[in-house]
Amino acid sequence: MSKTLSATMPGQPVLRSSQGILSASHLSFGYNGARRIVLQDLSLEIPAGAITAILGPNGSGKTTLLRLLLGVLRPQAGQVRLNGRGLEAYSRRERGQLLGLVPQDEHIPFDFSVLEYVLLGRAPYLGTLQMPGRADYEVALQSLAAVGLEPMAQRPVPNLSGGERQLAVLARALAQQPQVLLMDEPTSHLDLANQARLLEIMRSLVSQGVTLVLTTHDPGLASSVAGHAVLMHKGQVLTAGPAGSVLTAGNLTQTYGVPVQVFEVDGRRLILLP
Amino acid sequence: MTALPDQQPLVAEAAAPAQRALDRRPTLPAPLAARPFLWLSLLLLFIALLSLLVGRYPTPGILSPSALAEDTMARQLVLNLRLPRMLSAILLGMTLAACGTVLQMIFRNPLVEPGFLGVSQGAAFGAALSIIALSAPALVREGLAAAFACLGLALSYLLARRMRYGGWILRLVLSGIAVSALFSAGVGILKYMADPLTELPDLVFWMLGGLWGVTWTDLAYLLPPVLAGLVIIYLMRWRLNLLALDDDTGFSLGAAPGRERVLVLVAAVVATAAVVSVAGIVGWIGLLVPHIARRLTGANARQAMPASLLLGGIFALVCDDLARTLLAGEIPLGILASLFGAVLFMALMLSRNVRVQR
Repeated sequence: MSKTLSATMPGQPVLRSSQGILSASHLSFGYNGARRIVLQDLSLEIPAGAITAILGPNGSGKTTLLRLLLGVLRPQAGQVRLNGRGLEAYSRRERGQLLGLVPQDEHIPFDFSVLEYVLLGRAPYLGTLQMPGRADYEVALQSLAAVGLEPMAQRPVPNLSGGERQLAVLARALAQQPQVLLMDEPTSHLDLANQARLLEIMRSLVSQGVTLVLTTHDPGLASSVAGHAVLMHKGQVLTAGPAGSVLTAGNLTQTYGVPVQVFEVDGRRLILLP
Repeated sequence: MTALPDQQPLVAEAAAPAQRALDRRPTLPAPLAARPFLWLSLLLLFIALLSLLVGRYPTPGILSPSALAEDTMARQLVLNLRLPRMLSAILLGMTLAACGTVLQMIFRNPLVEPGFLGVSQGAAFGAALSIIALSAPALVREGLAAAFACLGLALSYLLARRMRYGGWILRLVLSGIAVSALFSAGVGILKYMADPLTELPDLVFWMLGGLWGVTWTDLAYLLPPVLAGLVIIYLMRWRLNLLALDDDTGFSLGAAPGRERVLVLVAAVVATAAVVSVAGIVGWIGLLVPHIARRLTGANARQAMPASLLLGGIFALVCDDLARTLLAGEIPLGILASLFGAVLFMALMLSRNVRVQR
């Protein structure tokens, strides 16, 4: 397999957007041996090659759902499927080559250089004792270029600003060349300029065939970037579908429990809190 | 993916000059980064050869190679005393430094070392127990040392997980201190029970840390666990970076963080226990050397681990050479290592560039 990004992405099967690349069926999950139920009988289809936003109030189970979709949590009932195959049937490395994670707040304890950190994204393509080689460096540099951090390749990660750091985490996940990228509250620490930059990068990733799933508590963000939306409430899916039909005043009001107004201005949605 | 429309440099480029001072670090690995290892290896080799010739026989100073050719006694001395001791010192330093690097990375805590996490004291307790209570052979001593070292580490970790005070770095250091104290008390009890004429002096001198009287037999017992541990750690050195990341991230990258961490930790702790059971507790090497190594090569364990190994070998060997040559009687290695280690560490922590987060 060629290891450059541009060569791999088109090589992956192009899925019709109606087809769910990642799906969850009847998931139930609770922490502490299912004593504290977080998700109950939740089913979900993530369409391929699009951005899906998972929305919901704090504590509605968004992050738990994301961790179930990643496979790091095992559901007590139900199943997560990736490309139609149960997630648990993949080997660790296979899964790592398909599913990437951008956590909300990644703690990077030592001052790795940005490039060294991004190189860690190549781990799913390497054996346990293998070191990254020249091809891996190339992929890492391309991932850095894709987020615009190339000039900072040699800078220690702790010296980056919050925005750059989030981009470095994204680049690390891109170095996995994933089909699906799970992002947990990707914009929560970013100022407006960096949010705009991140959204632009996300759109360009989708245009290259990557499927993005992000959690957010910001309906405005969801409506500006996501084609699909999933509204969660108390561990269940309230509604899911095209963002336009999900992010309505009625649905949002019901989810968040406060009167939300939605206006349409120049074909773009404007979501207002009371 | 490279073809993004406008590649504006990000905001912080403006603050570049101030940053640039911090960016003076080796860049790509391949040919450039190979050089510090060449120099360190040559230095280690040179000191190792010198160590064979330096000593107090027949007079204090350097044994001339010609004397070596003529004097059978000198030859015996070099082959049967200095050579195994030199090799043990190198292994000791390498093991402690490698174990320190592993502990610091896996616990994401730059302030830990085997002596801080109950590993050394656990090993010492196990070894002392076998000397006093069982008067057991070397193999049992090593086994008990390894078992109690693992126990010490596990206790420190579990205690830190459950402690309800402070951040992770502080909790781990505190619980390590508590567990170490527990085992030290245990060693104290064993000392109290020891026969003051026969066992006690042995125990006390061994606890001070040192390599006097190391024979080829000791080395033969030391070698298998130490080599096995070091080889595993060395081969998994790039992976260590991955294991220093958050669990979810490691998992998403196809690693099994829990299992792989245990593997590397057991390798490091068993090797350390073997070393402690021969040399006693030698502190600070495991804390200091990884810091210097990271300063030299950057945090990436792919380079920092070999640098740690070489520096650890050099540091321990120099300390041991001084320990046996400075005075007519031997200075315990543990004391010298602590002295130099602590002073260097203070200097390192006071210098700029050292950051401990959280």
